[in-house]
Amino acid sequence: MGEVESSRLLKKGAEASIYVKHWHGRKVVVKARLPKKYRPAILDAKIRRYRTIHEPQLMHEAKKAGVPTPTIFLVDIENSVITMEYIEGKQLKRILDQISEKEREEFCFRIGMLIGKMHQQGVIHGDLTTSNMILEDNNKIFLVDFGLGEKSNEFEARGVDLHLMKRALQSTHYHYAEKCFRTVIKGYSRVLNVEDAKRVIEKTREIERRGRYIDERKQK
Amino acid sequence: MKRPADALCLGVESTADDFGIGVVTFNGQIIANSSSAYIPEEGGIHPREAARHHGAMADKVLNEALTNAEIRARDLDLIAFSQGPGLGPCLRTGATVARALSSYLNVPLIGVNHSVAHIEIGKLEKKAVDPVILYVSGGNTIVSAFDAGRYRVFGETLDIALGNCLDVFARAAGLKHKQGMPLGAKLERFAAKGKQLLSLPYVVKGMDISLSGLLTAATTLLKKGVYRLEDLCYSLQEHAFSMVTEVTERALAHTEKKEILLTGGVAANKRLQFMIKSITDEHEAKFNVVSRELAADNGAMIAWAGVLGYRCGLVTPIEKSFVKLRWRLEKVDVPWVK
Repeated sequence: MGEVESSRLLKKGAEASIYVKHWHGRKVVVKARLPKKYRPAILDAKIRRYRTIHEPQLMHEAKKAGVPTPTIFLVDIENSVITMEYIEGKQLKRILDQISEKEREEFCFRIGMLIGKMHQQGVIHGDLTTSNMILEDNNKIFLVDFGLGEKSNEFEARGVDLHLMKRALQSTHYHYAEKCFRTVIKGYSRVLNVEDAKRVIEKTREIERRGRYIDERKQK
Repeated sequence: MKRPADALCLGVESTADDFGIGVVTFNGQIIANSSSAYIPEEGGIHPREAARHHGAMADKVLNEALTNAEIRARDLDLIAFSQGPGLGPCLRTGATVARALSSYLNVPLIGVNHSVAHIEIGKLEKKAVDPVILYVSGGNTIVSAFDAGRYRVFGETLDIALGNCLDVFARAAGLKHKQGMPLGAKLERFAAKGKQLLSLPYVVKGMDISLSGLLTAATTLLKKGVYRLEDLCYSLQEHAFSMVTEVTERALAHTEKKEILLTGGVAANKRLQFMIKSITDEHEAKFNVVSRELAADNGAMIAWAGVLGYRCGLVTPIEKSFVKLRWRLEKVDVPWVK
């Protein structure tokens, strides 16, 4: 842990602190899930351990499906610390508002395809936001932060994943959220077979209808 | 009786089990806040029975509010009412009272969003400016923050509300709701004496949470009859509160705001307050929690939200004063927030 403290804090997130440091001649990201004082120690340890074990596995699975994710170098379960590749680039959240509509549509389509590939591989991201997508300098989109993910082939889990993507667009990129999400769906449907894609999208609607105070529920 | 120098707004609240009437001055002083709670003999809120209670108590609560405020009805300048979201029969009863007052006194009427009112009363009381808001009650569990004209919803429950989860469990455990002592407060007392943390589901999806599985699991353990009620209440609270705290911290990190406001009925829970305060300490943010009197549904918050809207030129003509049962927070323009 001493090494972690000596490195530069990149982001103090809710779930983990992200540090950047040099490690065996490479620039790496060190993701440390520090104890949370607000929850009971047993619960806290359980959550941190679970996520530290699962995140690298999911990232590896996603990579197998052709979804760019940082390469994992080291997993320290005892201290809940993961060391991984540093991706040179920018969060999609920061650039989505600054590019042309055409470029934005292209990114959304590609995001949809990535989510489709990942779901096909049985990987659920669990926190699809534009903060968790990094546009690498050579124009590749990387997905990061699989801490809330799971392995599942269920349509329910896929539906929630897409619902979260939509929610993230609505809260952060509200001016063109609907259009962006439609394009994400187009990319998604391109990858999954049409039947499956339809079922997931229908599931997403169903999940939204379950939510509180949704107008669509009136019709039921 | 002497009339306060400032203009006055009366607010009618009746979204669920509480019927409340509050009076505030246009500069934000609360001069009356009366209410009466409908308490079912058993089970949860029956909308029609609750509405019947509201209708029967309206006169008494109104008179009490006017007496406490030391004003006469004709001193009022504006009538605000909770237009939604909520239970239809309850909302309609409150709206009827508000319309009657407005036309009898010949003063403007304004319908306000109940969720917005919970947020605005907290901001008024704690002088919060631009917080991440955790709004937790019997019907709502929402993490939001202001951006470009509206309170944007970053996360919420995918199924049942936090207060609902705690209430249903408390009823299953045989706890009873009494006037001035909500079920949640009873559960909190038991939880405070809990020692053993039982394993229960912990479901966080992005900034959303799911509580129905947690409720089912806790109820299943309760029915086994082998665990202390104190430990069950403690375990349920710890899991549910840790989940909402985690998503609130996530929203704080995501929006990079420097304040949190905890509001709604469940905000009165000391353990939840402690947890949310803990994350504000860690992120060097300011912690605000609404006082117990203003945490629960009340008329003063409706009156204050009415004043804010009215000052921006908003009014609700009678023909547009129909209630909106599913009026979501992010659909409401809040032109008074900059």
